[in-house]
Amino acid sequence: MKKTFWMTCLAGLMAGAAVIAMGASARMQVFAAAPAAVAAAAPAEDNPAAAVKIDNFTFSPNPLTVAAGTTVRWTNHDDVPHTVVADDKSFKSKAMDTDEGFSYTFTKPGTYSYFCSLHPKMVAKIVVK
Amino acid sequence: MSNRTKGPQEPNGVQKSDEIVHDHNHDGVDRRGFLKCMAWAGTGAFCVIKGGVLQSYSLSRLSEIGAEAAAGELSFVQISDSHMGFDKAANPDVVGTLKAAVGKINALPVAPSFILHTGDISHLSKPAEFDTVDQVLKDAKPKDIFYVPGEHDVLGDNGQQYRERYGKGSHGAGWYSFDKNGVHFIGLVNVQDLKAGGLGSLGHEQLEWMEKDVKHFSKSTPIVVFAHIPLWSVYPEWGWGTDDSAQALAYLKKFGSVTVLNGHIHQTMQKVEGNITFHTACSTAFPQPKPGAAPSPGPMKVPAEQLRALLGVTDVNYKQGQHALAVVDASLE
Repeated sequence: MKKTFWMTCLAGLMAGAAVIAMGASARMQVFAAAPAAVAAAAPAEDNPAAAVKIDNFTFSPNPLTVAAGTTVRWTNHDDVPHTVVADDKSFKSKAMDTDEGFSYTFTKPGTYSYFCSLHPKMVAKIVVK
Repeated sequence: MSNRTKGPQEPNGVQKSDEIVHDHNHDGVDRRGFLKCMAWAGTGAFCVIKGGVLQSYSLSRLSEIGAEAAAGELSFVQISDSHMGFDKAANPDVVGTLKAAVGKINALPVAPSFILHTGDISHLSKPAEFDTVDQVLKDAKPKDIFYVPGEHDVLGDNGQQYRERYGKGSHGAGWYSFDKNGVHFIGLVNVQDLKAGGLGSLGHEQLEWMEKDVKHFSKSTPIVVFAHIPLWSVYPEWGWGTDDSAQALAYLKKFGSVTVLNGHIHQTMQKVEGNITFHTACSTAFPQPKPGAAPSPGPMKVPAEQLRALLGVTDVNYKQGQHALAVVDASLE
């Protein structure tokens, strides 16, 4: 969590004061534009990898932009279970308890909206280039 | 009568619509508010219907519920959000606090007719979690228990296991109604097929059923509706509301006495709106923060070794006659 936070801040600083003033969502976008930095923390597989964290009922980064073929891994850091469900149901996790995760490989470019089916106010997107 | 609920017929119950008349967390998540929250764990609500109007008492003020107060046409207990299987710091012993709630139910001066459980029986819909709750509740004097599912009870199988265990004779996702002593009870399901960005949902099929279900009752019939997620807009930002509840409530407009009982938000709140009184119950497992008072509605934590002691705190800012559902003076130890 700390590492992500500092990387996010660093990205914000590099992008200049205007981005910082735009608040959290803008910073997340900056962070999302550098998915390679996240990949280092994900398990090494044949596919490139990226990570989405669930903290405080929030998916981050959001949106996450990845290259086609990337495996995205979600990890739940909350004390209550969450799910990852595509709006069009094209992918769907089981309930993830604390520290449990779910992976899905995005093969086709597009924008994939998803949410937590237990807490449907939790919404986010994966952008596949 | 210091601890009775302000109902629509309360002499001093001059209440505005849309006003939360009772919020235990009124003073925010400071230490006092926090201790008050903790003290509710393991409690439930004791409900008495007198003259067609439901009155509600917190089980944690059990000692103040005398035989006279408990007498009425019908009495029952609401418990909620047992979250069996939860084992995090906010409460590592959810079995113990559920047992404590059963102890309080059994100590009531008048045995309630039945128990309503307003959902989140389990934490992860695991068979062993449901089994444990069933086992603990076997020790309760009331043998009839009526359930509605929470979103934690329908994980992975769209509620199939829930309905096999608790939904015999129910319709659709598990909704049903029954009558007791002239009171009509309606159990609704608003935790299935939730849509991205939305709130709790009843759906057309259930709404149609409900309209037909209540149509033939006279307007003097007391109605009690129970469902997991609040049927009023407590805090939509955290999903604490139901998208199509207005339609359901519209079917109840003709009735003189309507009570809506919900869980989900792990704290007690009450609102009176026209003929309808809304209550939410606390959890037997762990408290959640006041709406908007924390970054998210996750469990409120205290160190495990302090939990039981905190449950026994009696230093509470309780004002006679002002707070409807009562606060705390019982220890679970």
